Amino acid sequence: MADKDLELFRRLKEKGLDPGLERVIKRELDESRGMKPGERHALCKEAPTSPLSTPGFYDSGDMSTISNLSPMGMTYHNALKSLDDLLEHDRQRDADGFPRKIRIGRLIKPSPGKKGQVIVVPTTTEDKFYHDNSITEEEPSTGGSGEGDEGDVIGEQPIDPQQGEGEGGAGEGGDAEHDISSEAFDLGKILTEKFELPNLKDKGRKKSFTKYKYDLTDKNRGFGQVLDKKSTLKKIIETNIILGRITDKAEFESHDFLINPGDHIYRIMSKEKDFENQAVVFFLRDYSGSMGGKPTEVITSQHLFIYSWLMYQYQNNVETRFILHDTEAKEIKDFHTYHNLNVAGGTNVHPAFELTNKIVEEEKLAIDNNIYVFHGTDGDDWENTGEKMLEATKKMLSYANRIGITIARNTWSSTADLSIVEKYMNGSGLLREKPDLIRMDTMIAENASEERIIDGIKKLIS
Amino acid sequence: MELIDQHTKAIMEECKVRARDAGLSFDDESLEYIVTNRDLLELSPKVMIPTLYDYWLDDVEVLKNKGQYKLYPGNPYETVINSRPAISFYNDNNPDWLNIMIFYHVLAHIDFFQNNILFEKTWKDDFAGQALADKRLIENLRSEHGRWVDYVIEFSRGIDNLAGYYDALARPGFPDTYKPSDRVLFYFDVFLQEILKSQDHEIFKEIERYNQLVEQNPELGESLFFSEIRPHYPEFEVKFEKYRKQEEEGPLDLMGFIRDNSVVLQKEDNQWMKSVLSVVRNTALYLAPQIRTKILNEGWASYWHDELFRKDDRISGHEIAYARINAGVTALSRVGLNPYAIGLRLIQYIEELADKGKLDFNFQNIQDIQTRENFDKKVGTGREAIFKLRKYSADFPFINKYVDQDFIDKHDLFVAGKRPNMEKGTIEYFVKSRKGEDYKKMLIDSLYHPPSITVVPEKTNEKNIYLSHDFEGKQLIRPFVANTMIGIEYLWGGQVQLETTEIVMKKAPAPGEKPEFSYNRVLYTMKDKRLSRGKLE
Repeated sequence: MADKDLELFRRLKEKGLDPGLERVIKRELDESRGMKPGERHALCKEAPTSPLSTPGFYDSGDMSTISNLSPMGMTYHNALKSLDDLLEHDRQRDADGFPRKIRIGRLIKPSPGKKGQVIVVPTTTEDKFYHDNSITEEEPSTGGSGEGDEGDVIGEQPIDPQQGEGEGGAGEGGDAEHDISSEAFDLGKILTEKFELPNLKDKGRKKSFTKYKYDLTDKNRGFGQVLDKKSTLKKIIETNIILGRITDKAEFESHDFLINPGDHIYRIMSKEKDFENQAVVFFLRDYSGSMGGKPTEVITSQHLFIYSWLMYQYQNNVETRFILHDTEAKEIKDFHTYHNLNVAGGTNVHPAFELTNKIVEEEKLAIDNNIYVFHGTDGDDWENTGEKMLEATKKMLSYANRIGITIARNTWSSTADLSIVEKYMNGSGLLREKPDLIRMDTMIAENASEERIIDGIKKLIS
Repeated sequence: MELIDQHTKAIMEECKVRARDAGLSFDDESLEYIVTNRDLLELSPKVMIPTLYDYWLDDVEVLKNKGQYKLYPGNPYETVINSRPAISFYNDNNPDWLNIMIFYHVLAHIDFFQNNILFEKTWKDDFAGQALADKRLIENLRSEHGRWVDYVIEFSRGIDNLAGYYDALARPGFPDTYKPSDRVLFYFDVFLQEILKSQDHEIFKEIERYNQLVEQNPELGESLFFSEIRPHYPEFEVKFEKYRKQEEEGPLDLMGFIRDNSVVLQKEDNQWMKSVLSVVRNTALYLAPQIRTKILNEGWASYWHDELFRKDDRISGHEIAYARINAGVTALSRVGLNPYAIGLRLIQYIEELADKGKLDFNFQNIQDIQTRENFDKKVGTGREAIFKLRKYSADFPFINKYVDQDFIDKHDLFVAGKRPNMEKGTIEYFVKSRKGEDYKKMLIDSLYHPPSITVVPEKTNEKNIYLSHDFEGKQLIRPFVANTMIGIEYLWGGQVQLETTEIVMKKAPAPGEKPEFSYNRVLYTMKDKRLSRGKLE
């Protein structure tokens, strides 16, 4: 695989490369060479910088250790506060001119195999001047006891994200069910209300072929669930006209009517084909070497938010597809993998767009669905003209409701002002021509806060 | 919340008698409560102090990141509250024998609170009562000033780890007549040592000269002494005046300084803010010694519950069950730090050293391993030594002074490292070092240590407060800087500047390489809720 990258690099170099881009490519190549071929798709490496998860001095206390009482974590649930109260409080802060304090995006991570969970946990931090233990020249260490010589490995744990707080994920896409929807739905609701994300206007209702609802729509004579009085009365009158009990000239009294049992008309429960809005969302992410760390975090949390918002807008009828790309693109089954996969490869953007086009075409998704495509990258592309990419984009514009491109730039990226993707997207004029179909948002990954990420969503979907 | 029943209280009182016989000392009164899960819900965010003031953020899950950001000094989940009378909490379905063990543990904590000098300032206080008064005060203010009370609480809490705990502790309580004059103190403590950087023998010589002069002429000795200094150091008087002015300005800890000097807080309409700030500051100061003695305190309590319960006749029939519980509490973890285990073992180690006379200077001089091992003068001062430790020590000196290679070897301790194994997709824990020095350093690094941030009086005026962070190898958590400074700006009523050092990774390390760092001194300025950052040279 790395050889292929090299090959591509050589070809590009022959065509001529600008020095900034060449530097970025070399860097990515160096990273990919540092890994053995089999490791290319190894799980993401978040570990080395994160603090140790082993217990420290201040993690245990008498309450749990001695008295066997488990202290409770305080959450808004058991404080009997509603989320709305907390958000109201937060809004008030904004009005008073202080930064908001409640963050909503901390979610329980999904794990592969299990149904992913999105849980809305309002969280906050108590900001003080604290020492930052994560950046020092020292490697993380803790205490231990027992046997083993210096250098011996005494245990290991999987790199899988640990339970507890952290960046979270959406549910499984593709053909899996959306069991997580209720929480994602809540999150979407909060996003829509708290952050005033726009509501979708044109939903383009389509008749579902697979979903039914049951309603009292059918009428039935003689028996049923609810008597339809108006129809019954009409029927009785009709019967009595036929019987000659009602004539044009004579007055009549209702108690003289004869009532046939068959005159009773009822509403009856029946199966109906349902109408629904459907959306298919494609999440595309660059997972090349340069994306490691903050850019990936920014992109995945933004994509999770977007997913939740769409979930709310479309009342859960959202199908998600995940595509990762470096110099090649591939479809990924679930958000967990989408979130965690990291490689050290090169970057080409167009394969991801081409793969999306292919999927939409082959599965004829455009006929029945609103299609959204969100792409996240750090803005590097080895193809600095973006020719193929623009071609794929144009094709995509013919069916997509919205394409949103997020660029989470690294501080050290090849160009000071604009990244390569930005350059060719701006150059193409597509953004200006079709602002209702394609949007782009750029931020510096290092400084991107939750609010900035949500602002980005507004920019992409409003 | 209800008190324990009479039967259990009788057991507690019995335990008190036995603990006193063993040498522990504490007040006669104590309160023991049974807590239910519902109680715990209310108590947990209040650091288990039932009467602590209410604060809205307590209703939200606060990201603690496993102790990385210590929210309050002191683990929130202690069962014993340092108050008069001491309060402790229990589960309602413990068997009697287990309660006995827990009571001994609790009594040792109470003994520690009431005897360790770090807690000196809390010895006379009924803290639960004080907290209740504070809570009522804050409730009152809330009815008057609404949500602004919560802002002041929030901003005060934002700096409550900079409350100058040691400054308050160090201000001695003895009468002024015992103290030499400010001039003398300044000359010996500051001028000779910090300004002239004199050698020790020169300082001793000066002390000698001073003592002689004062002895010969108690009235004029001091002025004679200084009359000889002036020709040598003409700058002395100026330096002394400056020092005295600074001392008069009061504490330079951020919270105290803001309380006493902020123009906003001095306004008559804003006196209530000062009260709120004081409540937060006093609460933080009250809890401060607790987190600084966590290991020593837990070690002490574990030492005594074991010592007392094993010799208690009421253990009979429950030895095995006790052994299990005790091991669960005090076993050394294979990886990770257990304050009970390390504290207990270190106390036992010190007791043994003292018993054999190994704390003696003569022992320290012995080089030969065999002789060191067999050294036993049978002086039997172990108990005395650990009681002294309980009175005068805290976590840092406890570890810094006594953790050594012998201790590490005795308990098979090591520094555990952590590294990712990309091939297996796992994180490996490995034995990084078995050296005593490394182990001690690791322990010290993991102790609670708030950053040292002080006010620079020369650069501070009504419109601007200038703070300086003494860099100790760790930068401040950057995302927290802005909000904390907004709070200080609000309380000070003017611009806030913070000088600090930031660590910058020169470039992302290639695999297998060590990252390179550079250190930048930077100046943050918070003005009108906007933060700017500039480099200092």
